Amino acid sequence: MKVVLPTPLAEYTAHRREVQASGATLALLLADLDRRYPGIRFRIVDEQDAIRPHIKIFVNRVQEPDLARRLQPADEVLVVAALSGG
Amino acid sequence: MARLRILVGTRKGLFVLGADRARRKWSMQGPHFLGQVVNHAVLDPRDRRTMLAAVRAGHLGPTVYRSDDGGRSWQESAKPPAFGKAAPGEPGESVSHVFWLTPGAASEPGRWYAGTSPQGLFVSEDAGRTWRGIDGFNAHAQRRSWIGGTQDAPPDGGTLHSINLDPADPRHLYIGMSAGGAFESHDAGETWTPLNRGCAADFLPDPDPEYGHDVHCLRVHPRSGDLYQQNHCGIYRFDRVQRRWDRIGRAMPRRIGDVGFPLVLHPRDPQTLWVFPMDGGTVWPRVPIDGKPALYGSRDAGASWQRLDAGLPRAQAWFTVKRQAMCADALDPVGLYFGTTGGEVWASFDEGARWDCLCLHLPHVYSVEAALAD
Repeated sequence: MKVVLPTPLAEYTAHRREVQASGATLALLLADLDRRYPGIRFRIVDEQDAIRPHIKIFVNRVQEPDLARRLQPADEVLVVAALSGG
Repeated sequence: MARLRILVGTRKGLFVLGADRARRKWSMQGPHFLGQVVNHAVLDPRDRRTMLAAVRAGHLGPTVYRSDDGGRSWQESAKPPAFGKAAPGEPGESVSHVFWLTPGAASEPGRWYAGTSPQGLFVSEDAGRTWRGIDGFNAHAQRRSWIGGTQDAPPDGGTLHSINLDPADPRHLYIGMSAGGAFESHDAGETWTPLNRGCAADFLPDPDPEYGHDVHCLRVHPRSGDLYQQNHCGIYRFDRVQRRWDRIGRAMPRRIGDVGFPLVLHPRDPQTLWVFPMDGGTVWPRVPIDGKPALYGSRDAGASWQRLDAGLPRAQAWFTVKRQAMCADALDPVGLYFGTTGGEVWASFDEGARWDCLCLHLPHVYSVEAALAD
């Protein structure tokens, strides 16, 4: 399925913002992303499997905090990085 | 011939100043990791080539990068420092930032230590490619008591820093914590003992607690093994006979006091050290006293101190020098360097007698480390 990534993760994907990955859940999708782009998962979720504070994940434009969320092949996953401050 | 490198970690990237050994001609390389916080960057004195940098992108959390070509290219650790996954229902911890990096002894090529926030201790055996937690500390039954809760930590969180090795025994480790105090291990981190007797903790009700102190910077002399610390509550030297800290900061001028963050030792003379006093009055401004920055140096292990401010701003200078933002090189005479929260790097090539500004306009400086590079 299509995964759209924010610019802070660009160095992991040779600067491709739109990549393909597969998985029956968000957790499995992130594991597949990490196989394709080593190191990328740890920048999105921490060692307790919590989504990092300044990262948000949307499935079909709806924010999804639960990595157990089931996915369908036609779903679109959007990873957003948002940070305030100077 | 080896060249001098000054690694300047900042809030927005890493800058590397370079000079010949005469320290007359300077150049600047970087920024590396532009836009990312670099809490600490260290060049390995064992091979004079490998560099490690503790990096945190605002969005992405903390990691470690390594370079084995003098900073021309960087590779991220395949397994950065991270706590173990908590059991279901148990509260877990996540590394917020990697705060401190220390290379192992000359007899341990490839070994590095890292200190983090929340306060944890990690080790790499492969020059920073992969890291594992030191369970003797991170999983110690009393660790939560030692480090307190998050409400006990400074504004940016409690940090484990000042990882030092005994020059006579690389299995003998010392650490400093900003919420917990000084601890030592004689078995490479398997077991730990508080090392705070005699050190004040004015913010705690117990006048001489076993732990809970606020170490700002702890240094072990690389030849003699003498132990010094700049604490939240003064400057101390460890008396090995009495097994207690002796407050050498009492010899500082009363109106200057003995509060500060960094403490730097002379690389050869264990009696010589430098500190950068900060205003610790009322609400803790943590700026130069009266806006007049000065180092204080001692040549007699803290029995007496001399003000060293020639060349520094005379007034209205209100920057802070952070705990790992001051260092010495190993040349003769010793060069001293410090970076400021205002983005300046200052240097003295005569052990503090005269100061010059090496560069302006960098981001907020977090760390300054000097090393010789091949």
